[in-house]
Amino acid sequence: MKTLDLFTTAVANTFRSKTRTILTILAIFVGAFTLTITNGLGTGINQYIDDTVTSIGAEDVMTVTLTPDADSGFGGATSGPTEYDPEAVSSGGFGPNEGGTVVALTPELLDDLADVDGVLSVEATKSITPDWIQYGDGTQYVTSVGGLVAGQSVQLAAGEEPDATSDAFELDLPISYVEPLGFSDADAAIGETITIAITDAERTQHLVDATVVGVAEESVAAPGAGGLVVNAALTDSLYETQSIGLPEDQLERYATASIRFDANATDADITALKDNLANAGFTGTTVADQLGTIKTVIDAIVLVLNAFAIIALLAASFGIVNTLFMSVQERTREIGLMKAMGMGGGKIFGLFSLEAVFIGFLGSAIGAGIGMLAGTAISSVLSGAVLADLPGLTLIAFDPLSITVIILVVMAIAFLAGTLPAARAAKADPVESLRYE
Amino acid sequence: MMLVTMKTPIIRVKDVHKSYGRGPNRFDALKGVTFDINEGESIAIIGKSGSGKSTLMHVLALLDAPTSGSLELEGVETSTLHGKSLNQARNKTFGFVFQQFFLTANSSVLENVMLPMKIAGVKRSERKQRALAALEQLDMADKAGNKAVNLSGGQKQRSVIARALVNNPRIIFADEPTGNLDTATGAVVEDILFNLNREHGITLIVVTHDEELAARCDRRLYIRDGLLVNDTTEVAA
Repeated sequence: MKTLDLFTTAVANTFRSKTRTILTILAIFVGAFTLTITNGLGTGINQYIDDTVTSIGAEDVMTVTLTPDADSGFGGATSGPTEYDPEAVSSGGFGPNEGGTVVALTPELLDDLADVDGVLSVEATKSITPDWIQYGDGTQYVTSVGGLVAGQSVQLAAGEEPDATSDAFELDLPISYVEPLGFSDADAAIGETITIAITDAERTQHLVDATVVGVAEESVAAPGAGGLVVNAALTDSLYETQSIGLPEDQLERYATASIRFDANATDADITALKDNLANAGFTGTTVADQLGTIKTVIDAIVLVLNAFAIIALLAASFGIVNTLFMSVQERTREIGLMKAMGMGGGKIFGLFSLEAVFIGFLGSAIGAGIGMLAGTAISSVLSGAVLADLPGLTLIAFDPLSITVIILVVMAIAFLAGTLPAARAAKADPVESLRYE
Repeated sequence: MMLVTMKTPIIRVKDVHKSYGRGPNRFDALKGVTFDINEGESIAIIGKSGSGKSTLMHVLALLDAPTSGSLELEGVETSTLHGKSLNQARNKTFGFVFQQFFLTANSSVLENVMLPMKIAGVKRSERKQRALAALEQLDMADKAGNKAVNLSGGQKQRSVIARALVNNPRIIFADEPTGNLDTATGAVVEDILFNLNREHGITLIVVTHDEELAARCDRRLYIRDGLLVNDTTEVAA
């Protein structure tokens, strides 16, 4: 028998006993449906985290602080009061010393940092503290300012990201500021000019005008930490303004810097880079370090949910065994006849296991299909209600690869379940099968 | 007669034994059977139930291997055939007609008749054409699309004969071909089978306990308790 004939015959045989086949397919459907939903949950949440990671910083970016000396930093080996260090500045943003003070990075130290093996470029994180922002004569609001490191992106509600190469002062406004500042909606804010007030070291307040080019969605870890996202030109201008009147030795002191490394770096490369940084007296943290734990927890939860779905599938696979045993029983005569007509045992085995695989395919394809529909419906309902505070989160998302994997896995399970009855059919003795009297 | 025996017989059976079980449960179904069948003959194997005639047919049709003795098919020792060559010999050489028909009930007559060619790996278009031709030969062309379950007994047996014919076999085995049919229908089916034997030279081996059917064959082999008790050819000679 040709392979194609074998396949079409197996498919046709599947529908010979419709009720039985449909019940078996339903059992597999339940398993495949559950697996699709739980997998979608994992994909959705991890996708959200990945988006968040991209907005915090590109994957090839590391936040670097100067490692405090053991005897001068917090929690140092020596007891007693910490000696005052004029080089120490308060550290904002991410890093192991969050909220504490770190030793400031000077231009010389930044040069040292650039010389560390594996570091491609260094960019100091300029900490800017504006007083307020205002649109026209509207209310003044307190805000913070952050810039985009190359590779970062903003989850936009409208407009575009600030142009890093432009000389114009451009910024993205967080969506929560749109209405308080006096815009009717996000689109209305695009192209408008807002005023930023900033005070320099001599306590003089300066006003800087900038154009709104985009409105950012709020997310758990948006660039600029939920404040304004500004372009390089505006950052430099604000930083210069803020630094007016600072004594020479206080200029250009940075709490943290961003370094870039090879985008293709492996985990081992990153560890090596961290070691190099540590030897040079710096501490590096990647975005993955900061969010890795969350991902691990979500992966573990999804794994447990998947295990339940697999248990459902195993139960369904016994249904396949049962269905096919009944088929083999019913078709004893037919199997005997086919063998008498010269059909080999291998082909008979193929016929019945293909039937099992086809039942598995039908159950999983229908399960995955309806699972995707249900998942999409559930997440769109939830994102409008319970999860409205987490814009950009699609709770249950699907990627074609994992759906394909689910279908293939179910087909493989079905094949395994089918081997037992198929082997029995293949071994059937034509004389026994054709006996009557 | 001498000329016929000079030719290589299509089937040569030499001292064939067949037993089932072991030790005290051992049952000898065939206790040493020897005979030749020439191409184009029509042979009746006659015996009561339990005589060993069905076992003999199964051995001749290569569905069962003899415990000892030799069986040659077209001069080839069949114990040397295994796997693919055995399946090919079954598929190309034999056609089967059973008392119980063994049609797949919910498939169409055409599907049933195409089955041996499907197993042989014949192309779909050729399968259909040859199956329709075989059905035409048996005046069953108008029933090609019907489900097998809806046919009368005679129509079923004619479909089975079409299925047996479709691969152009050298030998047709008919196991009580008229056992499930009324006399008139049975006579029609007999005529069809003997026509195939005479006009197409297909060797016909009929297993039966019906003396009238057996009487129409060239030769009758009487089996009793696993032994060949009477071969009409030898009596004639």
